Amino acid sequence: MAEQKQVAPVGERIIELTDIYKIYSDGDSEVRALDGVSLAIDRGEFVAIVGASGSGKSTCMNIVGCLDIPTKGSYMLHGTDVSTMGDYELARVRNKELGFVFQQYNLIPKLNLLENVELPLVYRGLAPEERKRRAMEALERVGLAQRYQKFPSQLSGGQQQRVSIARALAGTPPVILADEPTGALDSKTGKDVLEFLKTLHKDGTTIVLITHDNSIAEQIPRVVRLQDGKILSDVVKEAAVG
Amino acid sequence: MKILQAFILALKSLSTSKIRSFLTMLGIIIGVAAVIVLVSLVNGMSQDMVSTFESMGTNLISVSIRGRGGNRRVSAEDMQQLVEDNPDYIGAMSPNVSISGTVKYESENLSTTCVGVNEYYGDINNHDVQVGRSIAYMDVESRQRNCVLGTYQVNELFDGQNPIGETVKINGYSFQVVGVLEEKQNGEEGGSDDTVLIPYTVAQKLGGGFTISSYNFSAASKDTVDQAVAVIENYLLKVYSNSNAYNVYNQAEAVEQVNELMGTMTLVLVGVAGISLLVGGIGIMNIMLVSVTERTREIGIRKSLGATPFDIKSQFVVEAITTSGIGGVIGILFGILAAWATTFAGMTVSISALAVVIAFSVSVVIGVTFGYFPAKKASKLNPIEALRYD
Ligand SMILES: Nc1ncnc2c1ncn2[C@@H]1O[C@H](COP(=O)(O)OP(=O)(O)O)[C@@H](O)[C@H]1O
Ligand SMILES: [Mg+2]
Repeated sequence: MAEQKQVAPVGERIIELTDIYKIYSDGDSEVRALDGVSLAIDRGEFVAIVGASGSGKSTCMNIVGCLDIPTKGSYMLHGTDVSTMGDYELARVRNKELGFVFQQYNLIPKLNLLENVELPLVYRGLAPEERKRRAMEALERVGLAQRYQKFPSQLSGGQQQRVSIARALAGTPPVILADEPTGALDSKTGKDVLEFLKTLHKDGTTIVLITHDNSIAEQIPRVVRLQDGKILSDVVKEAAVG
Repeated sequence: MKILQAFILALKSLSTSKIRSFLTMLGIIIGVAAVIVLVSLVNGMSQDMVSTFESMGTNLISVSIRGRGGNRRVSAEDMQQLVEDNPDYIGAMSPNVSISGTVKYESENLSTTCVGVNEYYGDINNHDVQVGRSIAYMDVESRQRNCVLGTYQVNELFDGQNPIGETVKINGYSFQVVGVLEEKQNGEEGGSDDTVLIPYTVAQKLGGGFTISSYNFSAASKDTVDQAVAVIENYLLKVYSNSNAYNVYNQAEAVEQVNELMGTMTLVLVGVAGISLLVGGIGIMNIMLVSVTERTREIGIRKSLGATPFDIKSQFVVEAITTSGIGGVIGILFGILAAWATTFAGMTVSISALAVVIAFSVSVVIGVTFGYFPAKKASKLNPIEALRYD
């Protein structure tokens, strides 16, 4: 039973942030991590979010990923207002609609690669055989299927990042969010990871990639530049597509 | 399905820190083992006592007389008269004159308790002879120095050979053995098989002619025990006009008292063991709280992958239940082993299946109760804060 990855054609509005604020107040001083951000992303897009460290990129992605709640503003995901969702609905969205790739990989050390990749499928309630089949498929795609019994600590950083990409893929979510996935990798492995994300994009997955590396940003069709919690520019380069 | 998953996960997680898991379980292990050992011991004790009392016959009514000085006294004849006056209630009566003595056969000596009785002893105490005859009316009347031995004496003095017709010396006086009492407790020392019966008239003489202070009656039937007790008490009250001068009680009452006493004892002991279980539960909660903190990041990762609050909660509750459940099983094995080991110390134990079931259920309930709070805490963690946690 293949899951339907794309319910609607490319071009459908999938993420819509309107006037989002995220304000951390610490006594009398306050930090505006996001200061009135509006951003719309359509299905099938590949968006890079760039900006200096502290400009609010991660905060933005965490909100898009339903891991964090904005102080103010509306976030529509698939036309549904996220602020109306309860804990269980949010868990379902994170499980089915979104796949995360973190800078620090965030694999669970005591689980082997297969078990790590299986996790989203476990929470989806799939039967063990089905889970295993899909997880192995995902590991296959990142070229680590033979090592499925290894533990994260037995792998290099690049390999761990590939496992975390496999984990994001295993649930075949329509959107993948990657927060500086190449940040901790050397440029060669970083390039591999980027190529892999490009392939995913070609296959139809919507990708939001955070990076502070301009050489990477140049290769992405749409670049959103943040500065001090505000969108400085939002450029679509037609030429870079395909 | 998800619960099974959580259980496997829990086992995995516990096995990553075996020593810590074991120490966490220790409170539960000790508590459960203590409950089982204590309940088994008390059970065994009370069964022992009850069976001793019951082997004596539940119709048995014992009367002990302290007297009040002066010349108010009752004699064996008065007591016999009481039986004859109340045939509906009272079955029979035998004096019970205990004297400590030494039984000697050839060169072998045994110190023992000799009991002076009459011909009704067997009926009243449910204690027949297996060979020969009992003490008879004629023995009492003519103060014959005849005796009936218990199997303990037969084994010790006669190596189990038939002693009928032999002569033994009790406190230096020659007695002829006329019978052997039926064995009731494997011929053990100190029990009802360690008894020498002689005519009470002879016992009185051996002891120096004192007044008889102890009588055994049997009720006409089980149903007339209460009336028989009342008749006897009435009579004694008439004689002594003071209820402190005598004591009348029956076995049924004694059995009840033993049960009551043992019940109280069980409660107290189980209470003590319960405190140990409680402490064990708090230990589990403590470790679970530490574990939630240690695994904050893991919780964040799981939440980012779509774990619901229920998924997280059940993971930790199941872990706590697994800890306490395994502790419970080890405690049960340990408790049964320890209870069984005490049998070598000569104690009767009776392992109560109910105690085992209750101890195990309690340990699981403790797991749920004390695991719930940390689990709830884990499930409420904000995913992004959890992910950032170091
Ligand atoms: N939990 C927090 N508490 C207080 N300030 C925070 C918190 N998270 C982020 N910030 C602040 O918000 C700003 C944006 O952070 P972040 O989104 O992580 O930036 P970036 O990912 O672009 O480096 C920074 O100034 C950071 O210090
Ligand atoms: Mg960041």
